[in-house]
Amino acid sequence: MNSGIEKTFVKFEKIDKSYDGEVLVVKNLNLDIAKGEFVTMLGPSGSGKTTTLMMLAGFETPTNGEIYLDGMPISKIPPYEREIGMVFQNYALFPHMTVQENLAFPLEVRKISKAETKEKVQKALDMVELGEFGTRFPAQLSGGQQQRVALARALVFEPRLVLMDEPLGALDKNLREQMQYEIKHIHDRIGITVVYVTHDQSEALTMSNRIAVFNDGVVQQLSTPDILYEKPENSFVAQFIGENNRMIGTIKSMENNYCSVELENGAGSVKALKVNVGNVGEKTQLSVRPERVSLGSEGNGENVFTGKVEELIYLGDHIRVRLDVCGNNEFIVKVPNEGSFDYNEGDSIKLNWNPNDIRALDLPN
Amino acid sequence: MEVPISTAELLTTDGIPLKQSLKKAERKNKLRAFLLVFPLLLFIIVTFVMPIGDMLLRSVDDAQINTVFPNTFEEYKKWDKEKDELPPEEVYKALFLELAYGDKIQVGRALTRMNYSKSGWKSLIKTTSRAIKKVVRKEEFPDSYKDFLIETNENWANPTFWYAMGQMVNATTPIYYFNAIDMTYDENQNVIRQEENRRVYVQTWLKTLKVSVYVTFFCLVLGFPVAHLLANLPLRYSNLLMIFVLLPFWTSLLVRTTAWIVMLQQQGVINGILVWLGILNDDGRLSMVYNETGTLIAMTQILLPFMILPLYSVMRVIPKSHMRAAQNLGAKPATAFWKVYLPQTIPGMSAGGLLVFVLAIGYFITPELVGGKDGKLIGSWIAYHLKTTLNWGLCAALGAILLGVMLVFYWLYNKIVGIDNIKLG
Repeated sequence: MNSGIEKTFVKFEKIDKSYDGEVLVVKNLNLDIAKGEFVTMLGPSGSGKTTTLMMLAGFETPTNGEIYLDGMPISKIPPYEREIGMVFQNYALFPHMTVQENLAFPLEVRKISKAETKEKVQKALDMVELGEFGTRFPAQLSGGQQQRVALARALVFEPRLVLMDEPLGALDKNLREQMQYEIKHIHDRIGITVVYVTHDQSEALTMSNRIAVFNDGVVQQLSTPDILYEKPENSFVAQFIGENNRMIGTIKSMENNYCSVELENGAGSVKALKVNVGNVGEKTQLSVRPERVSLGSEGNGENVFTGKVEELIYLGDHIRVRLDVCGNNEFIVKVPNEGSFDYNEGDSIKLNWNPNDIRALDLPN
Repeated sequence: MEVPISTAELLTTDGIPLKQSLKKAERKNKLRAFLLVFPLLLFIIVTFVMPIGDMLLRSVDDAQINTVFPNTFEEYKKWDKEKDELPPEEVYKALFLELAYGDKIQVGRALTRMNYSKSGWKSLIKTTSRAIKKVVRKEEFPDSYKDFLIETNENWANPTFWYAMGQMVNATTPIYYFNAIDMTYDENQNVIRQEENRRVYVQTWLKTLKVSVYVTFFCLVLGFPVAHLLANLPLRYSNLLMIFVLLPFWTSLLVRTTAWIVMLQQQGVINGILVWLGILNDDGRLSMVYNETGTLIAMTQILLPFMILPLYSVMRVIPKSHMRAAQNLGAKPATAFWKVYLPQTIPGMSAGGLLVFVLAIGYFITPELVGGKDGKLIGSWIAYHLKTTLNWGLCAALGAILLGVMLVFYWLYNKIVGIDNIKLG
């Protein structure tokens, strides 16, 4: 993790946003971002993440609350005085200007001398490895190159903060992955604060220091990628990040950090980690990652079940097994390909998992 | 092992040269494509190329009169103007015979043409013809045709008539073009300017250009914000606005022009309101119609959609994020507009500008109705000569010059903006 993270640099305080006075797009958002941090806002479309970004950039006004940048409230500052760089979804490169002119634009409006502008533009272009392309027009560049120009343009005037609104959405998969690393490296190198918006969870996990998962205008969970994946706090996060097997049941008893859950249809009883549940007698959703389920009846003897193999999918490094377990025929287990797998479709199979790996969460709406 | 790279012709698998094989494969497609466009090609030739070609020919054509007086002109060419003051006897004789036995309708048509080169020809030939008819009936041919004709009408001794005939001897003539720019021949066949009170075309040309430039400019100034609104309003409102823009297209041009007369005249709506509000005195009413102002106002309104639509189609595809990006990079809204938005609308502005200018320069009905004497454009003169004086040669010359002016502007435009920069949608 970045060592430069010390104090709050961007602060969202009790932010509400509504466009029509009837529906809240963002509800009571409180979010602190430290200097030098790479924070990603992740969520499905319509979850309020882009609106939040636009409020930070100054293109939308919060309906309630205040945003602070470096301790100063910024709601009254127009976007052109905020000194915030932004990479737009479709790059928003100016088609009538060459790459150099695009990069020089923010410097020219700041009345920086010609010589200095030239030097900075070249430096920024070199940073994104496009030093030779300065005299071309955006339309003469590939998507990936345009993306880099947009990135260079957002950084060339040394903004206090860089915002990125799904900047890799238009690229194909390979290029997207390559650019993820490139953006991450640039961030590590110059240590600028980045607020990144995406709906792609793997992108968020790859790049971020911290991720804020948005849904329905509310931050569902804000934490580091590993915690988000391994310790989701509610059923939405568990479902949105990575794959997980879900089972619904009723809480029978609670004991320390664990609870015992009676599954629906009398399919059995599961001991699970108590995370986000109500009282005994209430319903809960259990969530376990496919890679945390092991085949066989070993383990510590808890949570052992029998399932029927419904489908086998060979994926090279692992085999994806779809099972019918406890009345759930969408139950997925990932078996590492160690050469000893010899089950067929229709076989009965024993499986088990550790109570620490199955989390009892709230019921999804 | 090194693979030899063949410099010889590429062959297909069957050993036929590749190019030949390709040509054969493509031939059918090419033929089909040609047949598909052939009706259109024919249509363009018949309705566009041929009329324009005909117009260009007419503007220099002087062949008709040659078919009426072939021998006269033949003999005329032999006349040495340095030596003899008047043409030789042969010219008089040929003219006598051709008037005597020529086709009456053909001669009549020729008279109209002769009158363009010098007024007086018509009456001269008519009186002469009558005398000749008498002679022919009695079969008392004179000894000297020259003396006979001069006796009939003393104008036959006037060399200026004979000089004027010189303009018509050739099968082509530049006279219509000279006329179209207020030039004519003097008695000695030198090209001179028309008498002052007969100069009308040059000033009309200049006025046409001026009005067209102004109308284009006003359309741009008025159309730009409308197009911008159209492109940026939510669909619900922009559709409504679009109907307002297009509404004039569904109304007859005559109705719209007449409506402007109602609005602008001295006792009209606008003057009425201004007087009622006390801004104008009752005797200080503005004259806004039947002059150049009226032409400008009405033409701007009528041609406005031709500016708005291309502008709109260009503005619609400029992403809204560009203005945001510019502001995010530190440009004030005005700078962002000037440096980022405006340059991207140039294709639309030039398309609209060229369209409006070309339409304005040849405009006819509106200036004719609201222009009065002062606001008439060159189109009105073309119509006048086409319908009233039947001087089609002059019409054609005016039209050809109009075409030339447009081509010059097109060329200039291509030099300055580049024609590939034009965008209609």
